[in-house]
Amino acid sequence: MTTVSIQKDDRQIMSGRFARILRRPEVGAAVAALLIFTYFSSTTTAFLSTAGVSTWLYSSSLFGVLAVAGALLMIGGEFDLSVGAMTGATGLIVGIMTTEYGINIWLSIILALSFALSIGAANAYISMKTGVPSFIVTLAALFILQGANLAITKLLTGTVSIQGMPDVTGYESAKAIFGSTLNFGGMDIKISIVWWLAVTVVASWVLLRTRTGNWIFGVGGAFTSARQVGIPVVKVRMGLFMATSAAGWLVGMLQLFGVSTVQATTGLGQEFSYVICAVVGGCLLTGGYGSAIGAAVGALIYGMTLQGIVFAQWDNNWLKLFLGVLLLLAVLVNLYVRRRAGDRS
Amino acid sequence: MTEILSVVNVGKSYGTVLAIRGISAEVVAGEVLCILGDNGAGKSTLIKILSGVHVPSEGTVKVNGVTTILSSPRDALDAGIATVYQDLAVVPLMPVWRNFFLGSELRKGFGIFKRLDAASMRSIAKQQLGDMGISLRDVEQPIGTLSGGERQAVAIARAVYFGAKAIILDEPTSALGVKQASVVLKYIAKARDSGLGVVFITHNPNHAYPVGDKFLLLKLGASIGYFDKSELTIEKMTKLMAGADEMSTLANELERKPGTRPSRKS
Repeated sequence: MTTVSIQKDDRQIMSGRFARILRRPEVGAAVAALLIFTYFSSTTTAFLSTAGVSTWLYSSSLFGVLAVAGALLMIGGEFDLSVGAMTGATGLIVGIMTTEYGINIWLSIILALSFALSIGAANAYISMKTGVPSFIVTLAALFILQGANLAITKLLTGTVSIQGMPDVTGYESAKAIFGSTLNFGGMDIKISIVWWLAVTVVASWVLLRTRTGNWIFGVGGAFTSARQVGIPVVKVRMGLFMATSAAGWLVGMLQLFGVSTVQATTGLGQEFSYVICAVVGGCLLTGGYGSAIGAAVGALIYGMTLQGIVFAQWDNNWLKLFLGVLLLLAVLVNLYVRRRAGDRS
Repeated sequence: MTEILSVVNVGKSYGTVLAIRGISAEVVAGEVLCILGDNGAGKSTLIKILSGVHVPSEGTVKVNGVTTILSSPRDALDAGIATVYQDLAVVPLMPVWRNFFLGSELRKGFGIFKRLDAASMRSIAKQQLGDMGISLRDVEQPIGTLSGGERQAVAIARAVYFGAKAIILDEPTSALGVKQASVVLKYIAKARDSGLGVVFITHNPNHAYPVGDKFLLLKLGASIGYFDKSELTIEKMTKLMAGADEMSTLANELERKPGTRPSRKS
């Protein structure tokens, strides 16, 4: 027995409070966010102005809602690439139903949510029944939604964008919830930022403090083991897909009521942005590890960089280059973390 | 002597293939039953019957002396029979305490505020592991950072805590080095001393003999002997397992013919 305990003591030197903090998945992202914040704050004047702050916070919030929900799905070991197109699809559903057919705005919003939930359930069902990776299944869903967004919108309205939302009855009540602006100490805070924070808090609580959260880590970290200990693995993943689609719906509503219009191309080219946010925030691409707060910080990095580059008057193509480098660094850091944690699989 | 689990003349066929036949053995509280056999001897099939994965095609399974049909792993668990599989059913990146309670989490609070009782789970996990002789200062560390033997012990401690009367260990030492394997054998002895019935599956007589009380030797799906420790020596067991004839044939084959040793050229 003595030899065993000696081995253990060697190992425990690193497990102080400091080491425990360093082991948290979101630490790397927090450091990066601080550096980016400091850089743009000191090199541009607009970045720290009240208008500037509310701009990059708004931008971050839209990525953030998707990134946080997507992070949970990734921790559960799956992907959803269709969620970007889902923001467009749900916005268009509400836009077309209200402006073209005069259907009640709240009914339209609920129907758009049901649509999102059923697509999420379909993605889950197909990938789990057939064993086809969700990456492929949701890639297909992405194309289907993108194509349908454009084709159906053109077919029904003759244009590629929805006009006349503010004239719809009940518009104000929906705008109050999804598109209003709060004044907070002289700074305009879009309500989507509140949603972003709320989603992050709830997701983080579920992940770390509930049984469901434990199961999400289990399902993503070791699927067979999770099933052996009696976790309803199919239900867990089904729930995650549906929650991610619902987040797509929420962002769709936030965009629609934030700017009062929606383009049929909404979400185009955004397939990977939330995945990037989640990975930069410490999620492993292979599942089983990550954090909701990290994903929110990842979205903050995305938003700050997106707007900071505009404020600094750089060519905005630098954004992609920067994100690519950041993603690569994040993946390498995550890999290192995983090795340290002794995952030999 | 309380018999927890026993099989009487069980057999299992998959379609036309007879995997095992006519096997009887019993698991007694505070004893270790070792099941030995080469690959393909039918060990896995027998485990699957004991752990409720398969229902035997013939013969009976008895729990506490009563004939019972274990039709699912859940049934077996409810009857107090826990199986620790080779992959241990742990999630490497999750902290030790979360792994310990995975699938059977303790919760507190009501309605939507129902949440994990993390503090209790941490202290219970720590204490249960302490009882097994593993003292971790930090149950927050990912279970993947523990050694193979320690992980095995966590899986055993987990089974014991969740009410197992009998635990089935599927080749717990096969993937381990000499030192780690001896650590696991100590944990098996510890579990036995605490009054559990242990089924220890292995193909290594050197691991089985020191810790076992009864030995069931399997070969090609049939029992080639069911012994009490007093009736058996390790040499006899090794011989039976390898098949004495086969072993001597092998020794002949491997022996160098005189003059075949390559001569060294300078």
